[in-house]
Amino acid sequence: MTFLQRIFGKASTDLEQTSPDGIETAPLDPATIDGAALSNHTLVGTSQSTGVERAHNEDALFSLLGSSSGEDSVPDFGLFVVADGMGGHRSGEVASALSVRSVAHRLAADPLLHLFDLNGSSEGLPLQDLVRRALQDANQSVVNKVPGGGTTLTTALVLGKQMTIGHVGDSRAYILTPREAKVVTRDHSLVNRLVELGQLTEAEAAVHPQRNVLYKAIGQGANLEVDVETHPIPKNGFLLLCSDGLWGVVPDEEIQRIAWGADHPQAACDELIRAANAAGGPDNITAVLVYFPPT
Amino acid sequence: MKRITRALSDITTETAQLGQLEPGVTLQERYLVLALHGAGGMSSVYRARDLHFPNVTKTVAVKEMINMATDPAMHEMIVRNFEREADLLATLSHPAIPRIFDYFTHESSSYLVMEFIDGKDLEALLRETDDFLPENQVVKWAIELCDVLNYLHLHKPQPVIFRDVKPSNIMIDGHSSIRLIDFGIARIFQPGQKGTMIGTDGYAPPEQYRGEASPPGDMYALGATLHHLLTRRDPRAEPPFSFSERPIRSINEKVSPELEATINAALSYDPADRFPTAEAMRSSLISVAKETGILVSPRTAASAGQPSNEVQEIWSFECEDEVRGSPLVMDGVVYIGCYDNNLYALDAKTGEFIWKFATEGGIASRPASDGELVYVSSEDTRMYALSAQRGTLAWTYYTGGPIRSSPVVFEGHIFIGADDARLHVVNMFNGSAAWKQEVAGPIRSTPTIIDERVYFGCESSDFYCYDFRGELKWRFGKARRGITSSPIMVEGMLFFGSMDWSLYALEAEAGWQIWKFRMGRPTISSPVFAEGRIYTGCADGRIYAIDSRGGREIWHFQTEHQVTGSPTIFEDSIFCGSVDGSMYCLDMRSGRKRWQFQTGGPITGTPTVSDNRIYFGSNDHRVYALLT
Repeated sequence: MTFLQRIFGKASTDLEQTSPDGIETAPLDPATIDGAALSNHTLVGTSQSTGVERAHNEDALFSLLGSSSGEDSVPDFGLFVVADGMGGHRSGEVASALSVRSVAHRLAADPLLHLFDLNGSSEGLPLQDLVRRALQDANQSVVNKVPGGGTTLTTALVLGKQMTIGHVGDSRAYILTPREAKVVTRDHSLVNRLVELGQLTEAEAAVHPQRNVLYKAIGQGANLEVDVETHPIPKNGFLLLCSDGLWGVVPDEEIQRIAWGADHPQAACDELIRAANAAGGPDNITAVLVYFPPT
Repeated sequence: MKRITRALSDITTETAQLGQLEPGVTLQERYLVLALHGAGGMSSVYRARDLHFPNVTKTVAVKEMINMATDPAMHEMIVRNFEREADLLATLSHPAIPRIFDYFTHESSSYLVMEFIDGKDLEALLRETDDFLPENQVVKWAIELCDVLNYLHLHKPQPVIFRDVKPSNIMIDGHSSIRLIDFGIARIFQPGQKGTMIGTDGYAPPEQYRGEASPPGDMYALGATLHHLLTRRDPRAEPPFSFSERPIRSINEKVSPELEATINAALSYDPADRFPTAEAMRSSLISVAKETGILVSPRTAASAGQPSNEVQEIWSFECEDEVRGSPLVMDGVVYIGCYDNNLYALDAKTGEFIWKFATEGGIASRPASDGELVYVSSEDTRMYALSAQRGTLAWTYYTGGPIRSSPVVFEGHIFIGADDARLHVVNMFNGSAAWKQEVAGPIRSTPTIIDERVYFGCESSDFYCYDFRGELKWRFGKARRGITSSPIMVEGMLFFGSMDWSLYALEAEAGWQIWKFRMGRPTISSPVFAEGRIYTGCADGRIYAIDSRGGREIWHFQTEHQVTGSPTIFEDSIFCGSVDGSMYCLDMRSGRKRWQFQTGGPITGTPTVSDNRIYFGSNDHRVYALLT
């Protein structure tokens, strides 16, 4: 570690203790939190930090949660995206930001805006195809506009009682139930592939020098095959989207403990980022945590 | 810092920086460069003329490798390694290995002079063709490759592991024989490049990433190469080590199962599960060639008899017409409708006749029961309630059209669709109508009832969700043909097939379409679910297993004719009939056939499993009971 890194690393740690994302935020009124605490509403929290060791933030996130009520109202909907960029000369942060925006734009236009269309007209594509196409469009934008840049991207489109998850790279989607924390995405990393084949143990993978080598990401060529799966929303449970800056340093049990220990997903997110920085904060950290009520 | 493996084929840009030789240059006052022949990585290959043969034109290949090392010690070491490798290559003698004539180092470049092969490498061949390469051609190459790899692996004093078997390193010469080129000598000139190589490769075995090189590793790479040649799916564009996820025959049906099995063995993750030697793989390939008739075998024409039934029939019962309906089995009695208009009650153990009830039309549905009464619908437009014990009539309900939908019993009511374009909800005890709902077309789909909602398809191509008061919750109108298939619901998602060749997955609360799986023909088969997969039949003759969350095919099994009936699951087996006349039992996880039972006519109904026995009807007029 160089002298400068030591200085800045240290400074950064100090910063994290006051504000996890380096931005001053007003604390929520405890009464508000208690009133809403893991109640019968869908709740969301987001948090992000550059981490201790990095100078730049190459992660990006997007969060939109909607609900309506009244006669013939549309069910709850949400769109959440996490991306972790890579590539030199700032191309990583451009790639992740561009991709998140591109995916949000596509999926907000169709299907989300169509929810409110009384004529119910939409292009008629299945949701999984819309999600797949959104990621492929983001890929095309990055290939065209950010040569040398790339990004992971994990998105969850929540509609009614189902959530459709689109994914490339090694950011993750977790489903947290009171019983377990389950990863529902597949890391597209060489090391994970070797783990899946039984060629490496989880422990070996965690310290493998090539654990950051991805075999699939946005921005790496014209044809992108996207993983898309639909899961029922976890009743009385959480959906967590995060970059490897979180899951790579904070164990799943700790993530699980923090999520269930907080009064509100926002408090839990802040705590998750704090835990990642306390564990060394080797990378940018991003977390989006959504709570779904029991009914 | 995250890194991404390099994209495919853009490596040549680097060579632009290398000092490529111009035609006309003479090396060592002996090799006249004629043209650049190829370039890749840190090396270039030139076609050159050997001037020591002034009276004839002797063409040679000159491979130039640039030594980029700036550190003098490193530079020196690379040159020494090069010379050692070149010496080794010069000792090899095999028809598939190009001969080495000379080598030398000049300034920052080292050169290898070797036999010029006038031909085409397999990667180029794949690029220039559109169709699958013929199996016999690929097997012939594979046998030749095993032969040369065996030669290398048995080399003394030390075995030579090729480490880089892939289509671009295999040439087909003017005599259509294979030649193994690029003995990895160029790798000496790429110190510290290992990291970037990983992942782009696609052909290398998993253990090579731990630095292990052994003969089974070359067998894996050969298997990967053959997989690529037969499927045209480039492994560098797929997740690493994912060959088992795209079985050869699922992409190219023309490949024999024997060849697929041989290649799969070579592609085992664990080196111990592969062929231990190239010779072993060669023997396997030769027997494949004999089995499939590529090589003439003295054993041909053996074992070509009629397919015999591989499962025991317990009993069969003959009716007077085709049995297209599906059985209900309850309390040791099989209830099944027939096109002779009768509903039969048969003893499930012996097949003995107990009673029959005559309707006035064919019965294509499955009866339902609450224990006391059996409800059966007929194409005579009526639904009958009969005593389960004696078959006496309790009541009759009249609809306005033939009925092909099966009755569903739920909370004191029977739900059933009819060709009069109505969903009928009937009081179970007295047969009076509770309510009716008119929709856009005939209803032949059997409704599914969950959480006080009724879901069913319609021949108009619509799919409906009503609540118990008969109020429409939503309608799905994006199918383009009728929906005869009956829906199932799993974890809040609905699955059903349509005559528009698709299987649909909808979110159940509001009817949003989650995914659509396209098949080869219309389907009226009703899907079933187990272990995260949806199973269904299709008129394209296939039984499909589809991932329920992602809508991707896991496997399919091809029968000889349309599959219009629906599959049934029991333990880890799928039972499904086909219009080809057979009842099939498949391994649920792999889709492999466990047994097949041939009847005398098409099977269009759905089997029922009870007490380890399977019951079904056939258009040969019979009802069968088999051991599962």
